[in-house]
Amino acid sequence: MTIAATEKPLLAAHELTKYYGRQVGCRGVSFALYEGEVLAVVGESGSGKSTLLQLLSAQLEPSAGHVRYRMRDGVTRDLAELGDAERRFLFRTDWGYVHQDPMLGLRMAVSAGANVGERLMAVGWRHYGDIRGTAMDWLARVEIETGRIDETPHSYSGGMRQRLQIARNLVSSPRLVFMDEPTGGLDVSVQARLLDLLRGLVAELGLAAVVVTHDLAVARLLSHRIMVMKGGEVIETGLTDQVLDDPREAYTQLLVSSILPP
Amino acid sequence: MVALDITDAAKTFTMHLRDGLRLPVVAGVNFSVAPGQCVVLAGPSGAGKSSILKMIYGSYRCDQGRILVCHGDAMVDVATAPPRQILALRRQAIGYVSQFLRAVPRVPAIDVVAEALGRAAIDDGRTRAGVLLRRLNIPERLWGLPPATFSGGEQQRVNIARGFLPALPILLLDEPTASLDSRNRDVVIDLIAEKKRDGVAIVAIIHDDDVRDAIADRVIDVNQFAAAA
Repeated sequence: MTIAATEKPLLAAHELTKYYGRQVGCRGVSFALYEGEVLAVVGESGSGKSTLLQLLSAQLEPSAGHVRYRMRDGVTRDLAELGDAERRFLFRTDWGYVHQDPMLGLRMAVSAGANVGERLMAVGWRHYGDIRGTAMDWLARVEIETGRIDETPHSYSGGMRQRLQIARNLVSSPRLVFMDEPTGGLDVSVQARLLDLLRGLVAELGLAAVVVTHDLAVARLLSHRIMVMKGGEVIETGLTDQVLDDPREAYTQLLVSSILPP
Repeated sequence: MVALDITDAAKTFTMHLRDGLRLPVVAGVNFSVAPGQCVVLAGPSGAGKSSILKMIYGSYRCDQGRILVCHGDAMVDVATAPPRQILALRRQAIGYVSQFLRAVPRVPAIDVVAEALGRAAIDDGRTRAGVLLRRLNIPERLWGLPPATFSGGEQQRVNIARGFLPALPILLLDEPTASLDSRNRDVVIDLIAEKKRDGVAIVAIIHDDDVRDAIADRVIDVNQFAAAA
């Protein structure tokens, strides 16, 4: 069994470019992402990785270039040409978006159960018992005590909120998840738990993911491939161990050699 | 028939943080391995033995030459294969036992081993992982613990179990017996002999003369691949 030459990418960026006025957000980014593949985008603050993530997830309009996505019906579409209803469908079901700050990804005024159940209702679930049961399952999967299902996220710790955000995103069985510094701002021990959980879920569910991170250890643990960004451009790409063990560009060598071993 | 065929492969590191210092590692690497054959790479530290293994596995990029790996009915050139193809090779064709276990926080030893068969087969994997861990004398009370706190020898045996569990046609071994006592060294010699009987092509780095004599069909002196500085 070899890889099928006929397999089509799930997501493909072509010469993706964004200017903020005269300032470059990102420039000329092209790549393809296949089902089940995890791509890490690494680089320092201001390198354009968050801009790229917003372009890929149709939250920003590119100045040039385009993003194509293979919809569930198998047809590949340009994100810029999607109607509002189609875009909403992607956001609510086929995609997940994990923010660094869980308060941006959660509804803080409603219960944990409702946070998870909301995406099920968006795809037409109406039976209260089923929704609650599934929400309960997902809380358990992300290691949140199910007895706390009726509390709002205000009473949760940072790590719990982040895990709740992940449950909320994954409950609708998305095929693609965007993550923006998913472990940023968490204590190291909390980070390890979250990373292990994410690693397990991504492998188990066969998710494709684009993970923006400045933490090379996160990239090493979660991703198959790495894209290194600097000044808005992609300067190096390759297999994760290739880029981290045999970095080719001066900037990547600097990044890799700047890590302090524990 | 060959499982692995390397022609004129070369590798140089360019250290940009040292004013672009060029560090030649190996050049003119030529050898091939047949199914069921064990080739041992010999030479002093720094001669490039581990680098050659990493080039075959695709974690070091190959600047020049070809590294053909038998994958199903096709020969795939690792030196030019796209990342997805290399990942497929690692799932289906090439196993690798690194010098040190890269421990992941929170993952118990039994799962570190079982995961080598993929998450989908984790239950079957755990059963078979247990058999290997027992053979390698890792006490059952340690199986549920993450290996980060294990001794060097225990970590290496977990690493060996992980590498030997999947039935892949090519196996790369980077000093698998370096930190083992003689009892466990003998177990590894047996495991390697079994792999050879199953037709697995093996490339190994072994410093221990007894182990080398027990497993090697051919010894290649890596000094002959020294790159001109």
